[in-house]
Amino acid sequence: MNNMTEPTAAAPDDDARARLACIRATLARRHARERRFRALGQAAVGFGVLCVVFLFASILYKGVPAFWQAHIAAEVHFDPARIHVPPPPHPHSDETPAQFQERMHRWREQLARAPWEDLLVDALLAHLPPEAAQHRADVARLLTRGERYRVREMLAEDFSLLGKTVALALLADARVDVWYKNAQQANLPDTVRRWAQELRARGALRLQWSSALLMNTDSRASPASAGLAGALVGSLYMMLLVIVLAVPVGVASAIWLEEFAPKNRFTDLIEVNINNLAAVPSILFGLLGAVIFINGLHLPLSAPLVGALVLSLMTLPTIIIATRVSLQAIPGSIRQAALGIGASRVQAVFHHVLPLALPGILTGAIIGVARAIGETAPLLLIGMSAFVSTVPRTPLEPSAALPVQIYLWQGNELRNFFEARASAAILVLLVLMLSLNAFAIWLRKRFERRW
Amino acid sequence: MLLWMKNLRWRQRLACAALAALVCAPVWAGRETIQVAGSATVLPFASIAAEEFGHAFSRFRTPVVASGGSGGGLRQFCRGVGSNTIDVANTSRPMRAAERENCRRNGVSNIVEVRFGLDAIVFASHRQTPAFALLPEHVFLAAARMVPQDGALVPNPYQRWSQIDAALPDVEIALLWPAANHGTRETLEEKVLLPGCAAFAAMGALDETARRAACTRLRRDGRVTEIAGDYTETLARLAVQPQALGVFGLGFFEHNRDRLRVATVNGVAPTREAVAANRYSVARALFFYVKGEHFGLVPGLREYAAHFLSPELAAPLADAGLTPLDEAARQRALAALREATEAQTR
Repeated sequence: MNNMTEPTAAAPDDDARARLACIRATLARRHARERRFRALGQAAVGFGVLCVVFLFASILYKGVPAFWQAHIAAEVHFDPARIHVPPPPHPHSDETPAQFQERMHRWREQLARAPWEDLLVDALLAHLPPEAAQHRADVARLLTRGERYRVREMLAEDFSLLGKTVALALLADARVDVWYKNAQQANLPDTVRRWAQELRARGALRLQWSSALLMNTDSRASPASAGLAGALVGSLYMMLLVIVLAVPVGVASAIWLEEFAPKNRFTDLIEVNINNLAAVPSILFGLLGAVIFINGLHLPLSAPLVGALVLSLMTLPTIIIATRVSLQAIPGSIRQAALGIGASRVQAVFHHVLPLALPGILTGAIIGVARAIGETAPLLLIGMSAFVSTVPRTPLEPSAALPVQIYLWQGNELRNFFEARASAAILVLLVLMLSLNAFAIWLRKRFERRW
Repeated sequence: MLLWMKNLRWRQRLACAALAALVCAPVWAGRETIQVAGSATVLPFASIAAEEFGHAFSRFRTPVVASGGSGGGLRQFCRGVGSNTIDVANTSRPMRAAERENCRRNGVSNIVEVRFGLDAIVFASHRQTPAFALLPEHVFLAAARMVPQDGALVPNPYQRWSQIDAALPDVEIALLWPAANHGTRETLEEKVLLPGCAAFAAMGALDETARRAACTRLRRDGRVTEIAGDYTETLARLAVQPQALGVFGLGFFEHNRDRLRVATVNGVAPTREAVAANRYSVARALFFYVKGEHFGLVPGLREYAAHFLSPELAAPLADAGLTPLDEAARQRALAALREATEAQTR
């Protein structure tokens, strides 16, 4: 305490005491202020955590049930009396592959015209009251439309099934699924509802894990089997292409700007513009992409390639800024040491600075790419909101994308069903993002060096 | 060093060539996938048709169906002939003369029109509100900016439905109307506002254009809200504004019966039977237009158009809310299509 009195003042005792009292009086106030500030900070963090927990809980609560769908257990008899199709063609030695392909297509079209619905209805009628046989079209409504194609593909793959009976868990129609999960929300016709009740009482209709959401493509005709496969592959193509296109260009420009560029007005201008570009709303990149790539270069609509080009433009500033920051973090002594032992500037940068900055660069790049993958608005403008029910074979083929798929499902007229579906798709997107971020963190932890 | 530079140049050249190939490939290569775009109302039906087409024909790729509105689809359709233009345009109204002219100027002159069904537009309120039994004049009096009263046009004074007609529910007037980007708005003008307006003698005194303008001008005092988004947005609005009356497609309403109560128009409830029998008046024909010049260019185009009209598709399309053509009309449409494709091949 006696240190507090200044040595120059020939301190009278009461003067020091008065000062001490003054300090004491303000001390309580200052402590209170600190407590208030800490409490405020904790409250802010707590509120944020609460929001995140609420968000995740509601997505999980809505999305997880979508992975368990109503199925109807039934014995499907591949009845030769109904399926009048010859066995699949085998290649003759005296025909070209094209000729065989043509015969194969013709056989498949014949197979497609077989009455698959009747096969499934026959299987369901075994569980239903006899009067149901008069309403075959309504019985077919219990199942989602895609199941007839599943049964068809089974026979196409293994023709020896003809004449045999196979026990299958058939995916129920979306409206039956909604009814099973929440009877109030159902919009089922009365007869279908009665049969669904009958099937449920018999234990034939029950919830079961379904991989449809992950393995199938989007579907309008058969909503219960709509899945994310096409969107996942489309987003994956975009992710790979963004990495291939944006990372080299971004890192190269950052290295030049940081290590080689002269400091003049021109480079200042570039720097300011890069920072501005990082803050430009993503939809503007979509507009730009639509004008340049679609209208100008005539690239195909809804193609992952165009999406990747647009997203690359959007990610470039982020990557450049992250790379520059991690290059700046490398101490100048590294460069000087390299130059001192006779390395050229290029050698100093590529042999010494860049390897040390790599973890930071990769982290920045991955986080930039993860942000790009979750972007929706620019993709809508280049036609990626189209309905595509195939998995793209190349990045030039039309495709869906994960975030756009969520947006489309959210607007689907079969709301009661697709709300859960959209939440499940959000889960898939979140898992993808979190694993990308986790990878970035791992990279940083693994290779980071502190100075 | 020199060698390395040379090497880099070569690599650069290779990269440039690869990029150029990537950019040019889609322009050169013929297209395998049929591309469809247009009306958002037709989108669900066209998507189902595309998907079923893909299942039925293993030799063709499944077509891609984009949205963009009737006008937007036709603009893309009329941009020209070639693999970077779309093959089919979906519309919820017939093509206009100006659009045909635009098409012709760009070399698209063999256009096959296919009318494939009817779509009904319904008025629906929240499940909790009492049912509406609407007449076109009710809607006109609730929505118009100027309404006739004692032979003169006055700013719309009506605040509650019961003020228009004592038989209507005693709730505040609030209409969720489709914005101008929707083709639905035009149908509502033609099938509801103009007939409703014609019931009043005061309107008959005006000349044609003035009457049309007066009949279709909507009030701006906040009782009519324009919805630019899709029907999901209208539904979400109804949840927070339960006394409002919204406009939906029949298919959308049928899938959301648990939340909506539908209004009758002229005493007729909207069902597919009533639409098919022409008893429910607020309905419109749906079309798609096929580019005849592309029949040889894009594989499967002919088959796609014919498959859209095939009887196997009637059930899934009806489930999605479409009122399909009756058998005679279907046969006529198929014959017209056959004739058009044969004319093109000849």
